[in-house]
Amino acid sequence: MRSGTSRALRALPTLFRVGVAETVAYRAEFLVWLLTSTLPLVMLGLWTSVAGEGPFRGYASPDFVAYYLATLVVRNLTGSWVSWQVSEEVRTGALAMRLLRPVHPFVALGASHLAAVPFRTIVALPIALVLLASSGASALSGDPGQLLCVLPSVALAWLVTFATLFTIGSLAFFITKSMAIANLYFGLFSLLSGYLLPLPLLPRWVATVAELTPFPAMLTTPVELLTRTLSGADLARLLGVQLGWAAATVLVALTVWRLGVRRFEAVGG
Amino acid sequence: MIRADELTKHFKVHRRKPGFAAALASVFRRRYEVVRAVENVSFRIERGERVGFLGPNGAGKTTTLKLLAGLLHPTSGAVTVDGYVPSKRPPELLGSITLVMGQKSQLIWDLPPSETYAMNRAIFDVPKAEFDATLAELTELLELGKLVDKPTRQLSLGERMKCELAAALLHRPKTLFLDEPTIGLDVAMQLAIRDFVRRYNQRHEATVLLTSHYMDDVVALCPRILVIDEGKLVHDGDLRQLVKTMDPDKRVSFTLTSEVGADELERLGAVILREGTRVTLRVVEREIPAVVGRLLGPLHVADLAIEDPPLEEILRAMFGKAREERAASEAAEAGGAT
Repeated sequence: MRSGTSRALRALPTLFRVGVAETVAYRAEFLVWLLTSTLPLVMLGLWTSVAGEGPFRGYASPDFVAYYLATLVVRNLTGSWVSWQVSEEVRTGALAMRLLRPVHPFVALGASHLAAVPFRTIVALPIALVLLASSGASALSGDPGQLLCVLPSVALAWLVTFATLFTIGSLAFFITKSMAIANLYFGLFSLLSGYLLPLPLLPRWVATVAELTPFPAMLTTPVELLTRTLSGADLARLLGVQLGWAAATVLVALTVWRLGVRRFEAVGG
Repeated sequence: MIRADELTKHFKVHRRKPGFAAALASVFRRRYEVVRAVENVSFRIERGERVGFLGPNGAGKTTTLKLLAGLLHPTSGAVTVDGYVPSKRPPELLGSITLVMGQKSQLIWDLPPSETYAMNRAIFDVPKAEFDATLAELTELLELGKLVDKPTRQLSLGERMKCELAAALLHRPKTLFLDEPTIGLDVAMQLAIRDFVRRYNQRHEATVLLTSHYMDDVVALCPRILVIDEGKLVHDGDLRQLVKTMDPDKRVSFTLTSEVGADELERLGAVILREGTRVTLRVVEREIPAVVGRLLGPLHVADLAIEDPPLEEILRAMFGKAREERAASEAAEAGGAT
């Protein structure tokens, strides 16, 4: 009998394939859902207008174009609805069926959510092309080595986001419904991850607080890798911090799950 | 082997009265009540046994199954299935058990069942040849046909249950926990499922633990039954023995071919039913030969049948008696306290 980990690894391609089938089951809904994360475009309009008469605290109009289009691409690839899914499955008892399978729900749900990523490029790719063709292209990093690091950085941003939202969903074991916490999370995420505006534009103390949280690792880090030329030391530091947050958030997610699942009531049926 | 020792599961349930005022009050002050769903239940089930779990609604049958399948952590007591502690969810155990719940779906709602089957094959690591053979067998037996390619949400309850059963058995589990597996199925399919479960049990020496509202399922499949009421195990043993203990009298049913007076029938036994020419009597077992002799002789009845009392009747009497005894003891205690 194979261990849970090797079994999960072998099952990943199928979990991924089934996830793809689930993603495309409702094509129209999926496309509309993709278009809902357009807040960066609103912010782009606002800030390019502010910067029209000259750079604002070091950010010129092309910098804002590059920043918000990069934000839109990264957010599109890393966003997740897993907190809602886990919270609902705990509340309704539907989780029972997932618990009967010899694969940890973190892995099973992770594979299913990763499956949506290729389809998100349907939106992310044209935006990236607009970015390359627009004035924002001049503000992109020109270092090929740094640009190569964007991919692992986006992957880590996805993992930090997924693990954090999985933790929030798992809080439903303790409080039955955890979506209010998810809303609180989104407020903090919008401010502290750089989703609303670049962190250097925040009051200094808010930016300092942000640096102590996992939020920049969810968004700002890959956006910075795309839009700012960094020294080797800064690049290593940013990726190292992101890796640390990934390990910490996964550990917290699995711990909260382990403690919470003892309280699962498997209601219904 | 399944072992349950002093297995207990309590739930803390929030109670409040209906209405706006009660809802508002519950924001500030919550009243909780401990529900003793399973209380000190102990039993052993050997490999290959078919055991029926009986009890009224809310008796604790499904909670016990969930404890055995590892979905719930016991409040106290211990349970092992094939030597594993289910609540720890070891992959070795999860790969060898299954739980079918009539009220819950393991099929992916928006996709055809075939996708769930493919996913289960990967997760349970079932070799392709074995998977194909099992699926072919299940498809034939359950008459799945094209159902497996239709989105789950568009299946009827009966169709979905058939697909659920297939999904639950594709990894050829050694222990089957079946909670209302025939719900929503027509009579022909109920019979087919019973037959299949019996054959599966014999072929794979699989252990089967079954709950069902259809007593016929339990009677047909399970030589041994566990009766649970208000979380407590009140009977563990042979089904016939339970019937004999609770109601040793037989039911004698027949059709009258000529006019027979009520007095004459009551001399033979207690009249339970008389609808037109159809009659059912309750007769003490030792008097059966004499009664049958009279019915077939002077009374010339037709369609004579001698049966044990229906299990539903036995259980109704059993649970009713238990409740009456409990109410009487609570009343006595309350009386003593005042």
